[in-house]
Amino acid sequence: MAEMVLRKSPSFYDVYERKPGAIKYQTHYCPGCGHGILHKLIAEAMDELGIRDRTILISPVGCSVFAYYYFRCGNVQVAHGRAPAVATGIKRALPHSIVISYQGDGDLAAIGGNEILHAANRGERITVFFVNNAIYGMTGGQMAPTTLVGQKTTTTPFGRRAEMEGPPLRVAELLASLESPVYIERVALTTPKNIARARKAVRKALSVQMQDLGFSLVEVLSACPSGWKMTPVDSIRWIDEVMTRYFPLGVFRDRTAEAKPMPLPKISYDLDSLLEKLEIPSGEAEGVIASPVPHPRYANPRIKIAGFGGQGILLLGQALAEAGMTAGYRVSWLPSYGPEMRGGTANCHVILSDSRIGSPLVSRPSVLIAMNRPSLDRFEPEVESGGLILYDSSLIDRPVTRRDVEVLAIPATSMADELGNTRAANMVILGSYVAYTGVVEREHLTHILPKVIKRKQLIDLNERAIARGYEYALMHRTAAST
Amino acid sequence: MAKQLIKGNEAVVKGAILAGCRAFFGYPITPASEIAEAAAYYFPQVGGVFLQAESEIASIYMLYGAASAGIRAMTASSSPGISLKMEGISYLAGAELPCVIVDIVRGGPGLGNIAPSQGDYHQIVKGGGHGEYKLITLAPNCAQEMCDLTMLAFELADKYRNPAVVMADGFIGQMMEPVEFPQPVSSFPDKPWALRGEDADQFRLITSIDLEPEGLERHVLHLQEKYAQAEREEVRFEEYQTEDAEVILVGYGIVSRLLHSTVDEARAKGLRVGLLRPITLWPFPSRRITELATRVSAFMVVELSNGQMVEDVRLAVAGKVPVWFYGRMGGVVPSVEEILRVLRQQIEV
Repeated sequence: MAEMVLRKSPSFYDVYERKPGAIKYQTHYCPGCGHGILHKLIAEAMDELGIRDRTILISPVGCSVFAYYYFRCGNVQVAHGRAPAVATGIKRALPHSIVISYQGDGDLAAIGGNEILHAANRGERITVFFVNNAIYGMTGGQMAPTTLVGQKTTTTPFGRRAEMEGPPLRVAELLASLESPVYIERVALTTPKNIARARKAVRKALSVQMQDLGFSLVEVLSACPSGWKMTPVDSIRWIDEVMTRYFPLGVFRDRTAEAKPMPLPKISYDLDSLLEKLEIPSGEAEGVIASPVPHPRYANPRIKIAGFGGQGILLLGQALAEAGMTAGYRVSWLPSYGPEMRGGTANCHVILSDSRIGSPLVSRPSVLIAMNRPSLDRFEPEVESGGLILYDSSLIDRPVTRRDVEVLAIPATSMADELGNTRAANMVILGSYVAYTGVVEREHLTHILPKVIKRKQLIDLNERAIARGYEYALMHRTAAST
Repeated sequence: MAKQLIKGNEAVVKGAILAGCRAFFGYPITPASEIAEAAAYYFPQVGGVFLQAESEIASIYMLYGAASAGIRAMTASSSPGISLKMEGISYLAGAELPCVIVDIVRGGPGLGNIAPSQGDYHQIVKGGGHGEYKLITLAPNCAQEMCDLTMLAFELADKYRNPAVVMADGFIGQMMEPVEFPQPVSSFPDKPWALRGEDADQFRLITSIDLEPEGLERHVLHLQEKYAQAEREEVRFEEYQTEDAEVILVGYGIVSRLLHSTVDEARAKGLRVGLLRPITLWPFPSRRITELATRVSAFMVVELSNGQMVEDVRLAVAGKVPVWFYGRMGGVVPSVEEILRVLRQQIEV
């Protein structure tokens, strides 16, 4: 006669070494608690499906905080409610692993409501076992989001009131209203028949993940005799007779037949063409083109550029910084801050320097480029004595009043209009500034233009705008010096 | 290698990928959003993960998950977002999970504003989360260092099995400067503790819980040993003109650049002033400050805060010489002229 050997699942540790104290062969769960049954169903499913070696189980906060005492697999213990987020991180990092988020009702439906909602909605390829025992067990029997109306807990000593604490949350139904989940079922750990159904559900939920189909969740109605202050037998009866009336058993979502496998991409450490993918210029430093020697009064400029949003203020500054870098200067570019970034005015600070740049903030500019009247009004007083102001005289209807600064008025917008595009005014001014001061060479501008003008078909227009500004400034520089 | 004109926030992302980081979990917030945006663009292209989480809280726990799996992973945010992450940061430190967190600090408290600030010093350096932990904290002051210190943060995080923070401000994050990117890192330390989705995982546990008081104390003492080692080996700072200085300015991040200019201006006016710039805010260059305190007549600490790092400077100086403080808040950044004026007033008093 064959001998029948009853032994525990190899997906449990033989000895629960992580469990403190002398008792290493029993769980810490109370008599009649559902966790032990569910643990067993999960472990046996891991055996049957052959996934123990690649399973990572997340122990939550709650009575199952110590699930890692028992499961012989990868174990992670996490904060209250955050298991679905942790599961997401693990699964994305290790797409081949089977990730189980094991959570209670306080954990999943209260503090972790957001995490479970979004993990389900993203269709994370994880499996959630949600233990609903209508109470906070670990902390001593307080109200859970799933506590029934009228049920007494230590924080609803007179019974839960729907009008004050809200009605119990039906998680399976709630998540089944989302598009992504593949499989959601509610089961109960009560009669042998119900437990057999739970066993099937556990296995199915895990196989959904094995096939990369998407998100699966099994809500498990589970007894808490200690929290409910009932005997284990009464507790089982209470689930079947009371709890299931509000939390009906059944399948709320099953897309396993039509869902297509959606395996996650594996993490790659391929260094091949990594620099190109990161758009990092390869090779040696570019040779510095014909180092310019500007007149000392224009050397090491600290530039403020200001105008309306949409005039290309930031781009003008960026082009100048790029050209300066190509010319061998130390450079910095700093955009303006605050609500100014959202429409209205825009300004930026650019420094080109032969030596290390301290503050990138230009509070006393040696050069002001003003492209509208408010900018000139606001920043004219800041320019240092002996500095230079360039402004768009087609938009600014007043002359510069300072007598201790050099001024170049450029009808930049009109000139850009003549070229057929108002928005090239910034490049007209850029050309003028470079020609007037010689701070960089014209070929520096030609060189950097493709870097700052992303739309190739606009490069020619911008080059012509720079040329117009350049010629204009040369003409006026000559006029001023004679 | 050739230099690239690039925003500090973008340099963080490229540096992270060069350091072998392959997972980024983010949530949008000004002025750190460019980091998430650049990550969303580059990470999937290099075989990495980018995921925009439903909250700052979820993003820090996704990081916890990825770090448990032993891969280099990161998140980035700004002050109020970092406050939300604090729970997870404490768990990461407790579970000894290496990862990198970037904080582009903005004005507070509360919603505050989006202008540059250093008001997060206490929350990052002293621990905004619960329990006895420390965060390795690096404070870049230029775009180049946004890359370099992000890469270093990954090395240090792995070396100490501890979260490392790159703490900068909106100026450093949003300004463009030339950056020379290094070659990608190709060898990584072993992580025999990490979960890999393989059979050996059965001997591994990622956790921060220990109900036995003696057990938890042992764990916390173990953490303190790591921190003591970091204090011996990882202090980084920069000095400028301190050799003959009578007054030493102390500042980090964007402020250190203002102070660099202040030293030049002060020297031009005949004031013997130097600069000490902590690069690691934790471990803090306390020993160096204690040494300097024996031969200078005063320190002046400048911060974009109500005076947070100044506490550490005062602890190191231990009353030997005066420690003056000048702080601007709410996103106001002082000018060099302003700092110089305050310095001269202090010297004259």
